[in-house]
Amino acid sequence: MSDETTPMPHERGGTDKQPASSDVAKPARGGQGIGEVKGVHAASLIPEPKNAVEALVAPVAGFGVTMATLFKPVVTEQYPREKAPVEPRYHGRHQLNRYPDGLEKCIGCELCAWACPADAIYVEGASNTPEAQYSPGERYGRVYQINYLRCIFCGLCIEACPTRALTMTNEFELADQTREKLIFTKDDLLAPLREGMLAAPHPMAEGTTDGSYYQGEVTGPTADEVEWVRRNRPDEPSLESATAAAKRGSARSEGSAGAAS
Amino acid sequence: MSFDEKSPAGFALAKVEDFVGWAHSASLWPVTMGLACCAIEMMAFGTPRFDGSRFGMEVFRASPRQADLMIVSGRVSHKMAPVVRTVYDQMADPKWVISMGVCASSGGMFNNYAIVQGVDHVLPVDIYLPGCPPRPEMLIHAILELQKHVIKGQAFGPHRKEIARKAEEAALNATPTHEMKGLLA
Repeated sequence: MSDETTPMPHERGGTDKQPASSDVAKPARGGQGIGEVKGVHAASLIPEPKNAVEALVAPVAGFGVTMATLFKPVVTEQYPREKAPVEPRYHGRHQLNRYPDGLEKCIGCELCAWACPADAIYVEGASNTPEAQYSPGERYGRVYQINYLRCIFCGLCIEACPTRALTMTNEFELADQTREKLIFTKDDLLAPLREGMLAAPHPMAEGTTDGSYYQGEVTGPTADEVEWVRRNRPDEPSLESATAAAKRGSARSEGSAGAAS
Repeated sequence: MSFDEKSPAGFALAKVEDFVGWAHSASLWPVTMGLACCAIEMMAFGTPRFDGSRFGMEVFRASPRQADLMIVSGRVSHKMAPVVRTVYDQMADPKWVISMGVCASSGGMFNNYAIVQGVDHVLPVDIYLPGCPPRPEMLIHAILELQKHVIKGQAFGPHRKEIARKAEEAALNATPTHEMKGLLA
């Protein structure tokens, strides 16, 4: 309606049937139905069937799209049954990494917590002691918590980490029933011990500094580290594989030393 | 319901509860409500690629009266909170709530005066879903977690009274959301 707030029913009915010229005859009244364009009739927009075949098919022609789709490949992801594919660099749950001999990479510097735009990370550092050495160097992360109900998976913490201790995994199935369960502690985040790793705490490999750890010069547990753990924690489950790894490592270093000399 | 006031608690009632739980879990109808960017991922969940109808929930009901599930998708501002609560109140029992994304769950990175720090200040949330925004697969995972919770069944008769009493006791002992400290705040 162009200028009238309430249309008169008889006028609307009238203009529907009248040709466009009648609108020109009384321009002040306007007089179109709601949603109608001047001079266009709704019935004229539906194409007339051209021949008998078209007239026969017309009522079911809309199913053409449905029928054609039957022969196209299925686009639906079967997610719960088949794992959803994510990109290799997908930002998923975090992980606190370890050096090859099992010491933690995290030094408790709190740079990740400072970088976090959502204040999701809480870190408390503590000093390593000869009795309990968790990471190479002076400090380690004693408390490490990430609140996944704050974390926005932006990855700024990963960029901030000076030792590559914090990285992200491809895991995204994180939903849970309480807010407490979604605060992941160090136990949840720490990478599992791989074959040959010796669980911290244990001393650094003899004759190394935190720098040599960082530069990748330590490739596995040494015999002294294994011996230290056996003396202090005889029932440590990772001892067995670490002993084997230490033997392999010493054989390799002797071999390389022999080759060099 | 009239029958559940007098019916005895026993094997038959337990079977009815199991059946109702199974039926509920297989046809959770979400209410059409999107608050922010998470709603885009929620809409993607309804598209053929992720196909919510595989879980019996392809119909996003436009009326809260016909919905069982509220997916709070996006940040809840203080101005929006009463509206969200009204929509929740209009839904018929039994009803469930998924808090989708970090903003709805805890305020996320919007730790400021405008945003409610977790929709659980105004609604009872069943499943919290992290992510900013969560991808549709994460939402599917949350829904499967919710179905595990729903399939346990709806309590009737004497069971319902017993459960209501326990829930009240637990709620009285729990720390109120506004008194939570540290990372929970």
